[in-house]
Amino acid sequence: MGDLSGLGATPVLGLSLTLGGYVVGRWVYERTGRHPMAQPVLIAVALVMGVLGVFHISYDDYMKGAGIIGFWLGPATVALALPLYREFALVRRAAVPVLVGVGVGSLVSIGSALWFTQWAGGDETLQRTLAPKAATTPIAIALTQSLGGLPGITTVCTIVAGAIGAVVGPWLLTRIGVRDLRARGIALGSVSHGIGTSRALIESRTEGAFSGLAMALNGLATSIWIPILFR
Amino acid sequence: MTTPEPRPGFLTGILALLGCQLVGEASVRLADLAFPGTVVGMVLFAIVLGIARPKAGAPLTRAPAAMLRHLQLLFVPVGVGIIANLHELGRWVLPIASGLWFSWLVGIVAVGWLVQALLGFGRAAQERDVDG
Repeated sequence: MGDLSGLGATPVLGLSLTLGGYVVGRWVYERTGRHPMAQPVLIAVALVMGVLGVFHISYDDYMKGAGIIGFWLGPATVALALPLYREFALVRRAAVPVLVGVGVGSLVSIGSALWFTQWAGGDETLQRTLAPKAATTPIAIALTQSLGGLPGITTVCTIVAGAIGAVVGPWLLTRIGVRDLRARGIALGSVSHGIGTSRALIESRTEGAFSGLAMALNGLATSIWIPILFR
Repeated sequence: MTTPEPRPGFLTGILALLGCQLVGEASVRLADLAFPGTVVGMVLFAIVLGIARPKAGAPLTRAPAAMLRHLQLLFVPVGVGIIANLHELGRWVLPIASGLWFSWLVGIVAVGWLVQALLGFGRAAQERDVDG
């Protein structure tokens, strides 16, 4: 009888596990009526980790295939130009509020992440891991990698920051008196990226458009602030 | 039965993304910048789109739009990397929760109030202009 120990050396294992986990994640997400906490990526990560643990597959063997999927994060970051291009006309309509709001907002997000992480006892590695969490996930991952943070934790925290925005963001904005749809969209996109934008689109087309724009601009602003702050 | 023609243009979009990323990665290396090359690529591609002005569903945008639709698939491998940090994760529950939640809260309140105030100032200034 043959054995399966050589399977780990082929990319088909990691590829199919990743895609399989994601397909199940999408299915669960749809089944929960697209609940923001049931993000497909979180479900997929938990499932893949479970399979790796049960079958004693090493992360290195998994990455032989999964790395092929992970590579496309780079081109996907470039693809974020699409919402930027689509909604750029909005910048001309409200240049100062959009640019100042997103620019200051990303600095507040980075600074407060550093401060609150240290305040609760986190070390510098954890600060570097959480600093870019308001940026859209592919950019947050690129930034944490360049800073020497822990990309796995960054990914999960960034997704959770998005989910928090989708769950309590609109309610909170109403509570604090932010009723202007443009301001609501920019606020959601600035702190909760694409997941916040999906939620903003449910409220109104305008709010969603400003949120998508803020997501792309915040990714850009975070990329500018982080190298300056961590030099 | 004939096989339908594959929809043209998918490869155009992929090539445009890779080309912009390549130029972005090359330029941050040449300029010795601590800035993600992919983000430079994003800005370049936004400029390309601004010049080409493709309509929705045009060849140049088809592949990028498809990638954005399944963006979360691409985070799975990095996310699984957390398996190497499970030990730290247990030790850091409190600082992670604190950094994540309070920073999110401060961020959304700051941006919401700031933008709404700035929009208000803009409106007031415009009204003054109209009134002379």
